[in-house]
Amino acid sequence: MAIEVRIPTILRTYTDGAKQVEGTGSTLGEVLADLDAKHGGLRERLVDDGGLRRFVNVYLNDEDVRFLAGLDTPVKDGDTVTVLPAVAGGAI
Amino acid sequence: MLTIPKDLHDKIVAHARADHPDEACGVLAGPAGSDRPERFIPMTNAARSPTFYEFDSTEQFRVWRDMDERDEEPVVIYHSHTATEAYPSRTDISYANEPGAHYVLVSTREPASAEFRSYRIRTGEVTEEPVNVVE
Repeated sequence: MAIEVRIPTILRTYTDGAKQVEGTGSTLGEVLADLDAKHGGLRERLVDDGGLRRFVNVYLNDEDVRFLAGLDTPVKDGDTVTVLPAVAGGAI
Repeated sequence: MLTIPKDLHDKIVAHARADHPDEACGVLAGPAGSDRPERFIPMTNAARSPTFYEFDSTEQFRVWRDMDERDEEPVVIYHSHTATEAYPSRTDISYANEPGAHYVLVSTREPASAEFRSYRIRTGEVTEEPVNVVE
């Protein structure tokens, strides 16, 4: 089962520069664990003790997985996962 | 150096004024690799706050996918400070995750004038750069 995962510029240091990598798994969490085995350190940039990191957006096809089931979101063959760092900041 | 057409500069300032006292935010897209900002994309500040901004995640996805399809990239990422100077804060630096972008800051703390400054933010380091407004 192949899930395409699109990697933002800032995380391509973990994928030898690749914009897109493939993972397997039946949930988003499993796919990220699979990717981490091939691209060590990548998962830690996306996940912390509380689940998906606050300022990282992960989408399954067109939807932010926060509106689905987070790391438990089921994925199927042919799905695309996209990672985009949140754009944020403030006065302090 | 940031080279920016006057009309895009003016649109950013107008957006910041219009959203004051909330922070305004957005993107200038340009052809990938060109370093030329061409397309003005004001974004919703999902935080709607006078001291914080965050792009709405669904809107960001659509804009990023659209840029990808047009072979564009975010040349400028801008936002405003409404009571402090137009200089990147600690949170601005923490969340600057587009190493190729120029980070533009506008301050609307003075009613009669707007400060407009540009920076590179890479691996936690801020470098101010000159802004060249062209007709």
